[in-house]
Amino acid sequence: MKKRVVVTGVGLVTPLGNELEVVWKRLLAGESGITPVEMPGIEMYRSRIAGQCLDFSPLPYVEPKDVKKIERFAQFALVSGIHAVEQSGIDFSREDPFRCASIIGCGVGGLREIERQDEKLASSGPSRISPFTIPKVMLNAASSHLAIRYGIHGPSYGVATACASANNAMIDAYKAIRDGDVDIVLTGGTEAAISKLGLAGFGAMRALSERNDEPEKASRPFDVDRDGFVLGEGAGILVFEELEHAKKRGADILGEFIGYGVTTDALHLTQPDDQGIFAGEAMKAALRSAGISAGEVDYINAHGTATHLGDAAEVEAIKRVFGDSAKNLSVSSTKSSIGHLLGGSGGVEIIFTLLALRDNIVPPTLNLGNPDEGFDLDFTPLTPKEKRINCAISNSFGFGGHNASVAVASFVD
Amino acid sequence: MTRAEVEEKVIKIISEQLGREADAITGSSDISNDLGADSLDAAELMIAFEEEFDIDIDEESSQNFTTVDGVVDQIFKQLS
Repeated sequence: MKKRVVVTGVGLVTPLGNELEVVWKRLLAGESGITPVEMPGIEMYRSRIAGQCLDFSPLPYVEPKDVKKIERFAQFALVSGIHAVEQSGIDFSREDPFRCASIIGCGVGGLREIERQDEKLASSGPSRISPFTIPKVMLNAASSHLAIRYGIHGPSYGVATACASANNAMIDAYKAIRDGDVDIVLTGGTEAAISKLGLAGFGAMRALSERNDEPEKASRPFDVDRDGFVLGEGAGILVFEELEHAKKRGADILGEFIGYGVTTDALHLTQPDDQGIFAGEAMKAALRSAGISAGEVDYINAHGTATHLGDAAEVEAIKRVFGDSAKNLSVSSTKSSIGHLLGGSGGVEIIFTLLALRDNIVPPTLNLGNPDEGFDLDFTPLTPKEKRINCAISNSFGFGGHNASVAVASFVD
Repeated sequence: MTRAEVEEKVIKIISEQLGREADAITGSSDISNDLGADSLDAAELMIAFEEEFDIDIDEESSQNFTTVDGVVDQIFKQLS
């Protein structure tokens, strides 16, 4: 028999802060976390703005001597994970460690450390390369650091499907509990790729917004004047737990993970199918898997990165899948506020979606003054919208053609 | 540079890398057993010593690096 999977704790690190309720309040207030990037030579870059976690410190959660051994993306995951576990009230010393898991998505791993060590290699030669280089840059380090922290001896691994990484990680976490393999999974995603190569690489693809003079207005999903995504960083980590296990502990349940859909474009590595055929199939599969109809979905936290093609394909896909019921649907892209967290995005966005369910309020899409032609959905422009939300979908689509939609619902016993 | 100066710098580096109070580190402290360095910490320390003193420490010499005194003696010898 399939087990039910609920969320009993969440934690995040975002450009709007690192405390859940503070971040949520700022998001609903329409605040932007996008700021100018300061680094040597920044004037040469096409995109010079980002959603940076400027208030983040790994202390006191990571010991000072260990800070330099753990790369920023893994620090984000560790601190978010600690907050999530604290909220869940789980005491891992009382759990069967083989029935606990850690499955964390990350798109690119330790890009900044690769740059630092490459500079060292060029200036001082191979004998001066830090022995911590490889264990720092590997993207699976995020899941391992959480496993070490809590003595988790069940499965732990990293999931890499670019910007869909967190959703794919959560889907694996869901299946592991549903199928009875484990009771608890720390899952979600993390990323810290605001770096020379990150900005230059995505910039070279013309994927990034170049609205450098107006950082707060740069991330404009679905708007006619959108010009690419704003690179962001951060993490969203959740505690997924088997329902009966959570009830036995008397845990507070934030929501239920009810289904998922995964497809692949298999057309082009970076360019989405312009009709969003396969993105749409992922949403359809999520509805089937969750056992719900299109009309039952109240809110979609869109992938909505603000690229020309990506947004258009997602709108097409939503309109096709939801048909007549699309008019009752609220859609928003919270990337308008914090930028695109790549492998961290799905983790943070499912947390926002769960808070939307909890508080019955749809977070807004900032900077959406003029929806593009044919974009006739309710994108919740500029201000949040109060609305009864029982059921929601969060989309993440990644370079590589990866489409992953996940469905959550208010918990009803 | 005197041996005492070398020792002071070595202890400072070890203290920072391993997160130990400098006062708790003595000449006879064993870097792995007493101070808790694992193999990667030891390799990182080697690089830090090389950079601080602008020397190259070969594999053979690094075998003497079990205690703080061993490190200080080797570096002092290479600097003299």
